[in-house]
This record gives sequence, structure tokens and C-alpha cells, in this order.
Amino acid sequence: MDVRDGLLYTDEHEWLRVEGDTATVGITAYAADQLGDVVFVELPALGRSLRRAEAFGVVESVKAVSDLFAPVDGEVVEVNQALVGKPELLNSDPYGEGWIARVRLAEPASDGEGLKDADAYRRMIGA
Amino acid sequence: MRATALLERHRALGARLVEFAGWEMPVQYAGILEEHRAVRQRAGVFDLSHMGELHVEGGESGAALAYALVTDPPALAIGRAHYSMICASDGGVIDDLIVYRLAPDHFMVVANAGNAPVVADELRARMAGFDATLDDASMRTSLVAIQGPLATSVLAPLTDVDLPSLRYYAIAEGHVAGHAALVARTGYTGEDGFECFVAWDEGTDVFDALLAAGTSQGVVPVGLGARDTLRLEAGMPLYGNELTRDTTPFDAGLGRIVKFGKPGDFVGRAALQAAQERRRTKALVGLVVRGRGIARHGYAVFERGANGAHAGMVGMVTSGTQSPTLGEAIAMAYVPPADADAGTMLEVAIREARVPVEVVALPFYRRPA
Repeated sequence: MDVRDGLLYTDEHEWLRVEGDTATVGITAYAADQLGDVVFVELPALGRSLRRAEAFGVVESVKAVSDLFAPVDGEVVEVNQALVGKPELLNSDPYGEGWIARVRLAEPASDGEGLKDADAYRRMIGA
Repeated sequence: MRATALLERHRALGARLVEFAGWEMPVQYAGILEEHRAVRQRAGVFDLSHMGELHVEGGESGAALAYALVTDPPALAIGRAHYSMICASDGGVIDDLIVYRLAPDHFMVVANAGNAPVVADELRARMAGFDATLDDASMRTSLVAIQGPLATSVLAPLTDVDLPSLRYYAIAEGHVAGHAALVARTGYTGEDGFECFVAWDEGTDVFDALLAAGTSQGVVPVGLGARDTLRLEAGMPLYGNELTRDTTPFDAGLGRIVKFGKPGDFVGRAALQAAQERRRTKALVGLVVRGRGIARHGYAVFERGANGAHAGMVGMVTSGTQSPTLGEAIAMAYVPPADADAGTMLEVAIREARVPVEVVALPFYRRPA
């Protein structure tokens, strides 16, 4: 299962790519595979302020409804509108075109504090 | 947890296995959408060996089933089948069934996996006093189906049953892949197709033979996930969702199967007669979501108030999914009869939102003629 080095990961199978004071958020290939074919994504509102671990969106596959949990505190500054028409991008390219939102970080993010590096995430999913 | 004879085959094919009605079953192989589309466009092969096969035999087997079920099995010609239900004395549905007449005094009743033990017990109790015996062959019978427009051309070279002359809801004895089989033209997908009843140990061989014969034409194994989206598009009820002990056949819009004109009494007759005569309180409808979201099992249905105001809850979604064929979110729901006309706009509560839905005629999908 594809786990990318250089990203941070949560126990809820989200990834975080930190660039300066913003982070791009998505779900991992493992999560997308577990969900199966994604057919609907509910994105957070632009400008919404997030608290870590709160539900900020929803991903639905044919069979299941799953909440997205905010991996960090911050403000939603961009969402991936392409997912509205093409939710299958979460399956086909979870670390690329299937990104979900960009968040301006309330404070710098690093591993620890509920975030794992790629090796720790690999151990968690047994990859 | 029970397993069919094909469990190792499912594992080898990379299936994701889930518990369903006490059975370890494949929910998907390559993916639900791909499998769904394969059945609509080509064909898919299913392991349905979790279903229950109950054989009723004896001089009064037909009379016993006419008493036990809401339909009239003695009216079936040999080699024909019909959709049926077993109801409680209060008219509630215990299970929906297919009854096949194999011989003058031999019927096969196919029950849902989760209900098969209850149906077997009920039938035995109701058959007391009739010259008829019940043999639960569920654990000796594998059931392998092929469904889709290519079903006939894939199955034909593997069987001595004359498929073109086998009518919809008919069954014939013969062989499939060299194994003794009952081949029925029945299914649960809205497509043409066949269900092959074979001995338990021969199920894997039949499944393999169908896949091998069809793989070059894009025939794939299909799990229970796509089976559910296929039957929902076809507007077919699922026991536990549209049909429960608290619904009558009339609630589900299936009252036509109840044969009040058959000779003799049957279990549930008085209650079903009353259900037919009284004003209905709910109707099963199709819904298409006209906003954003998917209306799923258990979500509440509301009438739309005047001037956009929200009115009270009036019903419940029984099944819902994103339709792979239509590209829209579809659902079935119970609503008041006054809200059941096609074109009526209602709302479904999807998380915090009230999302508009339109009542449409069932089925959502009908295969091209």
C-alpha cells in the first residue's frame, strides 16, 4: 500500500503535506482502498476554522459513510472543488489530484502530537 | 460464521470478505462500481450459496405450501416458478421467496440466507397434518448465478439445458460444466440471467467454469456490494430493508402476489384481507436526490412546507445509494400514500441538511428490450 515519505499521517488515515504555514490534507491510499469506490465528498466551507480531531467533511463510498477529521488546528483556505464532480480522484490519486483541502496552520505541525511520520504510519497499517 | 464451498476461491480472487447474515461472503472483488457495470454491460458471476434451499415433497406438498404461503404454488406448471412470501398470521412478512415447481409433488423454496432457518421452522410447523415433508438442503446446495446480457452466450456452451427455450421464471434439470444442476432463469439484478443449483462441492467448479468461459468477454466475479446496487436500481425489495415483520405485501406494493382466490385457508389470510381493504398508511416509492448527498437506509423523509418552511417527518428511507448506471443518488422509502405520486417533491435529512428529493416511478432501471 502506497505510503509517501515526507508526509505526516494521522491515526484516522489522513495525510498532511506541510509547506510553510499551510498544509495540504487528504486521505491515504490505505483509507481509500478500505472505503472502496468513493462516490461523494462533502468539503468544508472556505474560511472555516478547524479544531484538531473535529469532523470537517464526509467521504462516502457505495457502501459506507466516513467522517473526515481535522488533523490540525487551522483555517480552511482552499478546497478541492474537482472532487465534487470527480470523487473517484480519491481512489485514483489520493496523494495528488485527490487532495481535499489546504489549511493555514494555527501553529507549526510536526510528528508527535497525534501526527506520525511515514514509517510510523506504515507500521500502524502493517504495510 | 458459516462459509460457502467457494470461500477459498473468493480469497484467491482477492475478494474483500464481510459477515452477511451469519455468512462470510465476498462484498467486492475489483470494486463495486466496476462489478456493477460489468453486469449491466456484459455479465457477472455470483456465489449465492448462502441462500436457503428448502425442498417440499409429498402428495399434499402443493396444498401445504398454499396454506403456508400467500401465493398458490399448486397453480404453477411443472418447471415454472413464482415470487412469493411467507407471512405471519398478522400479515407481516417473514421472508420473500421464490417457489419453483420441480415435479408434480416436489417444490423448491428459496429463502434469504438470514431467514432460511426461520422459514424452515415455520414451514415445518405449518405443514403438520399434510402429506408433505420438508428437506432443508441449504448446506448441500451451492448456488452460482450468471447475470447480464452475455449470460446466455457464456452459459450455453457449458450446459445441456436449452437456454433459449427456458423462459423467465422457469427451471430445468440438466448439467453445468459436467455437474448435475438445476438451471433457473431467475435473478436479482434487473438483467437476464441464470441461477445454477448444484451439489455443495461442485459450486467452485461451476463458478470457475463460468468465469473461464466469460473472462475474454469481460465477465467478472461480482460480490454482494454490487448485487445490492443492481437490485436497488431494478427496484427490487430487500428483506430487512423494504420488507420486514412490520410490513405487509400491500405496504410494499406487492399485494398482487397474495392469492385470496385460492382454495382453502392460508396463514395470514384474515389480516391480509383487512390490509387490502383498509386505507393504506404507507407506500413504497422511488426517490431521486435533487440536491447534494446520498439518502441512505434509515434517513428520515419530510414533506416540504409552504414557502420553503420545513414540515414534519413523514417517512423513512429503506435503501439508498449512488446509482452507478444513472449517476444520481437513488433511494426507496416508505411515505404516506398522499406523497407517493411521481413528481412529488419531498426532503431527506442528510446529516444537518434537508435535501430535496423527487418521487419517481419504480424501477429506476429497466434493461433495454
